[in-house]
Amino acid sequence: MTLSKKATCNSHGQDSSYFLGWQEYEKNPYDESRNPKGIIQMGLAENQLSFDVLESWLAENPDAAGFKNKGESNFRELALFQDYHGLPAFKNAMVQFMSEIRGNKVKFDPRKLVLSAGATSANESLIFCLADPGEAFLLPTPYYPGFDRDLKWRTGVEIVPIHCTSSTGYRITASALEDAYHLAHKRNLKVKGVLVTNPSNPLGITLTRTELNLLLKFVDTKGIHLISDEIYSGTVFNSPNFVSVMELLENRKYKDTDVSNRVHIVYSLSKDLGLPGFRVGAIYSNDDMVVAAATKMSSFGLVSSQTQYLLSAMLSDEKFAKSYIVENQNRLKNRHQMLVRGLKTAGISCLDSNAGLFCWVDMRHLLTSKTFEAEMELWKQIVYEVGLNISPGSSCHCDEPGWFRVCFANMSEDTLNLAIQRLRSFVDDISATRNAPRNSSKSTRKKLLSKWVFRLSFNDRERER
Amino acid sequence: MVRNQDQMLSRIATNEGHAENSAYFDGWKAYDSDPYHPTQNPRGVIQMGLAENQLCFDLVQEWVRNNEKASICTPQGANAFKDIAIFQDYHGLPHFRNAVARFMEKVRGNRVRFDPDRIVMSGGATGATETLTFCLADPGDAFLVPTPYYPGNDRDLTWRTGVKLVPVICESSNDFKITREALELAFKNAQDQNIKVKGLLLNNPSNPLGTVLDTETLQESLNFITEKKIHLICDEIYSATVFNEPGFISIADIIQDNPQCNLDLIHIVYSLSKDLGFPGFRVGVVYSYNDAVVNCARKMSSFGLVSTQTQHLIASMLSDDAFVETFLAESSRRLRKRHEMFSRGLGQVGLGNLESNAGLYCWMDLRRLLRESSFEGEMELWHVIINEVKLNVSPGGSFHCSEPGWFRVCFANMDDETTRVALSRIHKFVLKKKVGVEGKQCSRRELVVSLSFRRRFDDMGMTPRMMSPHSPMPSPLVRART
Repeated sequence: MTLSKKATCNSHGQDSSYFLGWQEYEKNPYDESRNPKGIIQMGLAENQLSFDVLESWLAENPDAAGFKNKGESNFRELALFQDYHGLPAFKNAMVQFMSEIRGNKVKFDPRKLVLSAGATSANESLIFCLADPGEAFLLPTPYYPGFDRDLKWRTGVEIVPIHCTSSTGYRITASALEDAYHLAHKRNLKVKGVLVTNPSNPLGITLTRTELNLLLKFVDTKGIHLISDEIYSGTVFNSPNFVSVMELLENRKYKDTDVSNRVHIVYSLSKDLGLPGFRVGAIYSNDDMVVAAATKMSSFGLVSSQTQYLLSAMLSDEKFAKSYIVENQNRLKNRHQMLVRGLKTAGISCLDSNAGLFCWVDMRHLLTSKTFEAEMELWKQIVYEVGLNISPGSSCHCDEPGWFRVCFANMSEDTLNLAIQRLRSFVDDISATRNAPRNSSKSTRKKLLSKWVFRLSFNDRERER
Repeated sequence: MVRNQDQMLSRIATNEGHAENSAYFDGWKAYDSDPYHPTQNPRGVIQMGLAENQLCFDLVQEWVRNNEKASICTPQGANAFKDIAIFQDYHGLPHFRNAVARFMEKVRGNRVRFDPDRIVMSGGATGATETLTFCLADPGDAFLVPTPYYPGNDRDLTWRTGVKLVPVICESSNDFKITREALELAFKNAQDQNIKVKGLLLNNPSNPLGTVLDTETLQESLNFITEKKIHLICDEIYSATVFNEPGFISIADIIQDNPQCNLDLIHIVYSLSKDLGFPGFRVGVVYSYNDAVVNCARKMSSFGLVSTQTQHLIASMLSDDAFVETFLAESSRRLRKRHEMFSRGLGQVGLGNLESNAGLYCWMDLRRLLRESSFEGEMELWHVIINEVKLNVSPGGSFHCSEPGWFRVCFANMDDETTRVALSRIHKFVLKKKVGVEGKQCSRRELVVSLSFRRRFDDMGMTPRMMSPHSPMPSPLVRART
């Protein structure tokens, strides 16, 4: 008996190189002592820099952890609590935290917050609420590969790209928006909204006020929705400061208008707090119906009450929350600087960025040709020979070949230095091959060729599907 | 607010597919506005509409107290905090999958083996049912579901999936057993409407009946789906609530006896919400014998993974063999005792219930108390029970029962004293209505009834209070403020 179309197609997007790189890493993961020649994971946007801060809070607050409230066990209450409205104390703490991250320029109402199992679930639910199968959302490229699964797979909704290019610093322009809208129209797709990630994944840049105003004007004119995925909002480590679209809505021009009901935010604690395993996501909307529908949908992916309780205690500790945000941002800033400088010594530059857990790295000059085939070739070399799992721009739907997303916050400083060293040697080798005179290059090339005979031929191997 | 906004939302967001606007939520509202409390509100409405297992928390709490390492936040367990907090692999923690597989085996008397690699996480059984539906059926296809059935199936199977639900009508005349004729009739009904049937969903033990499926029914179901070449989903979330003979027979047992059957058609839904009493932790499981379904469901599990903090705790708890054995035996014993107490109590005033040996509820037969044998009559009686007797019970119509007069009443979400209070209210109500008392309790009753009901309409003033019928109210956690 056949399965559904959803089960047999590959809209889950997991055949993409983004996920395949992960698989290669799983087979040969770097470990300082046990596998020093293994692949270093730089394709996973995780924030591992501030666990000690969380751990010391836990050590000082044993009750929250141990199912105790004022010394009494509250295990039973937590185990039974499955109200899809969520733990009030937790939602209060979340909105407070979200507000703090936005410099308290925005106040959030906990009743408009809907919890869900991670931003993955939040994004999908929001699309289920806003669009019917066959309708479309516009997304600026490059974008997070997971959106192909989260926004499209089970919802049947389409993504139409808003092309942003390096020549304009990847800024969203009015013409790019209009072009995307018309492209959708040509494909007979009804556009229901725009989804932006702010700060951007994979670019690591925050949207400017100009861009935000442009977006609001666009969705207002077209009468469509705007989803702002702000899961990296707490990772802004340099100016310009983070400006949430919600802040602009406070503005006289948009307050209490229709458009304010069509702007929705997605949030999560996976990046800012570094807790992806806990599956804490949220939708924030000013539209009652969206809140009501999303709340019911959250039944399919609620946040464990055990986790809600722990995090409500942690985030309600205002002093702790404030100091965590500051410390985390400082550490990200330092780590970012380390990578940028290190890459520079290898003659590699990055997009100037002020947020995120990654750099958008320019390796166009290392391509043998300005093609995506060449990008794939380069990527395979970097994964298998250099031993770094980084994400090729094509997996993020980037328009130009040669850009890669490289994560820096999920490893120790030593590992990052090693990664930089490996990349530097690789670049030196390439230069040697390309610049060497014909005769002497033969032996160099032979050496390099044997180095570059892949341990495993990428396309031939049976993939577990 | 301008409501042309509605056009800007999806059909799913604006339709009634979530099935939460039913009139049956009046019961929740009644309870919500006047919840029983032994000292603070002894005349309040007693919640008997929530199938929760609260009988063994003392055992669990003791275990938690003695196993501080199971929590990643205690000094004893904190060294695992970081690794657990960053682990987001949708395969789940290996020790979690192993522990759940072993637990499922124990619940089935170790007669069958479960492969931990086939354990796929989901956001509770709610998420599991929806995920399987997404994997097995396309919009417009249908699943057959025997009545009466858990109301949540309407949402879980159909809301976002676009799949239809076709009922398989079961009747009280044979104790609601699922017959081949009923299955065939439902299948034909679907065909006549040009609806493609993709599978059959069985709930074993049954909610709301509290009965287990016998070998014959399971075998017949397997034969049916094999012949029709459709899938079989067995929702076994109440498997460890079986407290009396006959014991629980799982589909896993049946396929062991049918080695030639097509395993690609067989899937199980499981959860820890009922057997362990942990609905808040959202631990759902999809177990499929079909590799492609495991793969697909696993990718979909990204939309409802279990918090690793919870996976870690559960893994630890369920790996404790001694604890699990004690828990299963004791839970069974306490459920049996509570069921007996309740059944006996009903019998004392001549009320019967379907003979059952599982679940957290009784399927009460109040047909003879209806003013008229119709669903209007059932609603009327129900409103009386909520407003006069002050018990929130669930009318059979909300479970799509084909005959009016049956009510599901939950008994495992309260202590003995509250059970006694509930029973005494029932006694007073029945005796007041001069119902003839019959001594024996059996599955079919003759009741001489002379009642005069006053129609009472509860003016609840339908304020859009966003009450979720999912938690014991008033949970102290809802009142808590930091």
